[in-house]
Amino acid sequence: MKQHNYIKLEFPARSVNEGFARAAAAAFAAQMDPTMEELGDIKTAVSEAVTNAIVHAYPDTVGPVQMRLRILDGNVLQITVRDRGRGIPDVKKAMEPMFSTGGEERSGMGFTIMGSFMDGLKVRSAVDRGTTVTMSKRIQVKANA
Amino acid sequence: MKVTSGYQDGKLTLYLQGELDHHEASAALRRIGRTLDDYLPQDCVIDMDGLTFMDSSGIALILKISRLMEETGGRAWVANAKNQPLKVIDASGIDRMIKISTAAKQ
Ligand SMILES: Nc1ncnc2c1ncn2[C@@H]1O[C@H](COP(=O)(O)OP(=O)(O)OP(=O)(O)O)[C@@H](O)[C@H]1O
Ligand SMILES: [Mg+2]
Repeated sequence: MKQHNYIKLEFPARSVNEGFARAAAAAFAAQMDPTMEELGDIKTAVSEAVTNAIVHAYPDTVGPVQMRLRILDGNVLQITVRDRGRGIPDVKKAMEPMFSTGGEERSGMGFTIMGSFMDGLKVRSAVDRGTTVTMSKRIQVKANA
Repeated sequence: MKVTSGYQDGKLTLYLQGELDHHEASAALRRIGRTLDDYLPQDCVIDMDGLTFMDSSGIALILKISRLMEETGGRAWVANAKNQPLKVIDASGIDRMIKISTAAKQ
């Protein structure tokens, strides 16, 4: 596989970085010529994954969050969000709609939204080691581009 | 994210503007909670015409406003949902719990 363009970012798990992560992802994805709707989907999925790392991964500290975006063959955008936080004991259960450990400020819909806005969603997690969320989306190639 | 409001005949309208995410949600909820306490409206309309982005934090905010309204015997609904925020609302399935009216197609 040929190496296409990519970016890697790291920032502390502070909520002020949520908007930045969305904007950075949208700016990177712009070179794939996405529609407004595709761009909205990407921003939504990034917001969910990054917010999870900020809200859930580090209960008592402010740890690092890494975000990588990569363009794969076939005009596919791959997004990875990784933290080194407390991890998820039961990933399957955590991904069920409405499941949340976050109280009433959360709706438990984050993973459901990531899954429905992206074509691929994979979550790997280990307790006290951290969580890696990998998502992918094929950006439709426009005619006469 | 900006919230402004208008009150008339027992109906409070909250106009959400900009991007609603986790970073913005708690301050927005505090402001909205104070506004609800001030007016004790019968109906609360969450107007999304000016909202350009929302994630699941917005879903939690809508549900919270709805619960606050029910506590005082009132009700809340969403008006003028469109584009990305509407897609998030649709994916979340909250239209089974709260009325969502969408913006007229331009
Ligand atoms: N990065 C993470 N580190 C630790 N736990 C996580 C992480 N991401 C998700 N979780 C766990 O998975 C649960 C479900 O996540 P999901 O994003 O679906 O819902 P939520 O974050 O609780 O609510 P919402 O996203 O609707 O605001 C969380 O409540 C949390 O327990
Ligand atoms: Mg979440």
